[in-house]
Amino acid sequence: MYDTGKIITGLIIFLCLITFPLWYDAITGKAATKPELKIITKEKQCVEATPYMRDSHMKLLIQWRDQVVRENKQLYKGIDGKTYTMSLTNTCLNCHSNKEQFCDQCHNYVGVAPTCWNCHIIPEEKS
Amino acid sequence: MDNSKRTFLKVAGFSLLGIGSKPIQKALAGNEEPKILPSPEALTGKRWAMVIDMKKCKEDCRDCINACHQVHNVPDFGNPKDEVKWIWNEPYEKAFPGEENEYIEEYIDTTLKGTEFITLCNHCDNPPCVRVCPTKATWKREEDGIVMMDYHRCIGCRFCMAGCPYGSRSMNWRDPRPFIRETNKEFPTRTRGVVEKCNFCSERLAKGLIPACVEACKEKALVFGDLENPNSEVRELLRFHHTIRRKPQLGTRPQIYYIA
Repeated sequence: MYDTGKIITGLIIFLCLITFPLWYDAITGKAATKPELKIITKEKQCVEATPYMRDSHMKLLIQWRDQVVRENKQLYKGIDGKTYTMSLTNTCLNCHSNKEQFCDQCHNYVGVAPTCWNCHIIPEEKS
Repeated sequence: MDNSKRTFLKVAGFSLLGIGSKPIQKALAGNEEPKILPSPEALTGKRWAMVIDMKKCKEDCRDCINACHQVHNVPDFGNPKDEVKWIWNEPYEKAFPGEENEYIEEYIDTTLKGTEFITLCNHCDNPPCVRVCPTKATWKREEDGIVMMDYHRCIGCRFCMAGCPYGSRSMNWRDPRPFIRETNKEFPTRTRGVVEKCNFCSERLAKGLIPACVEACKEKALVFGDLENPNSEVRELLRFHHTIRRKPQLGTRPQIYYIA
């Protein structure tokens, strides 16, 4: 085999470069900043249990959207037995009133860009 | 042999019974409360329609247009080519090109012929825009006849704009947000690349309110109601007045009636 040394060194450099994001954090000792949510509300309970909301809020929102727009149904009975109007701007953002510190925290962290806000209005942010 | 056939039939019979019991089980277990409910205060009708009395409509008044545009965040691009139309003025000749006969003055107040007519989506009974929509972003609501629009599904192909013979649909060529004079926080805006139109205030009907344009008209020239209810105000008006509709010859069965 010709140029074994060159090929192996090349491969090692290549591997080092491609795994850069993995070892960089380990060496510098700073892990990626975890999202920190800030909820400004007096309410104790969301429409569903927190773990469900955390991983399935997008499914719930899509269900709400389809029910309101296409089925003409407006009300949702929450886990606490209260009835809520199915509305992103008028219900969700009432409690989660700061999009930057609530929605964007995780969405930026996981790198998703939902298009909700192209049309739905973000109420004036309270801090 | 006989014995095994007998067992087979028994087993088959019981299995069939098992299949039949499923709906019974469902009925017994199905007392779970529904989580999603329609709004109790919603106005309900079987065939919403509007009667517009042009004899009452004041020429320079724009109350209905302003109210609608404010409630629905309708942008004003300041350019007639890009105009977004929910409710707008149309000269008589353009709105009613089919009404051309020699004796027209017998049933139309001919002084109205030079004036601007209030026009909006006709919420047709046979809507051509719905037929051409490839994504079902627009559809006719079965329960009350409103031609609805789902901006989430609209891909901006503009087939509906070609299909609509009334010019009731408008494309957002640009992001409409900077062109909205005063934003209503309770109603979403649209985004670039979707088609929009009048929704007969379906969001207000769900809250038990009549359409914004009807509410805003001080002259009571706009009347909204259920055509299938013989005692409704719209039926009353149709009973006692001669009315015309826009381009009925096209077979779209428009549901906006004009007293002229």
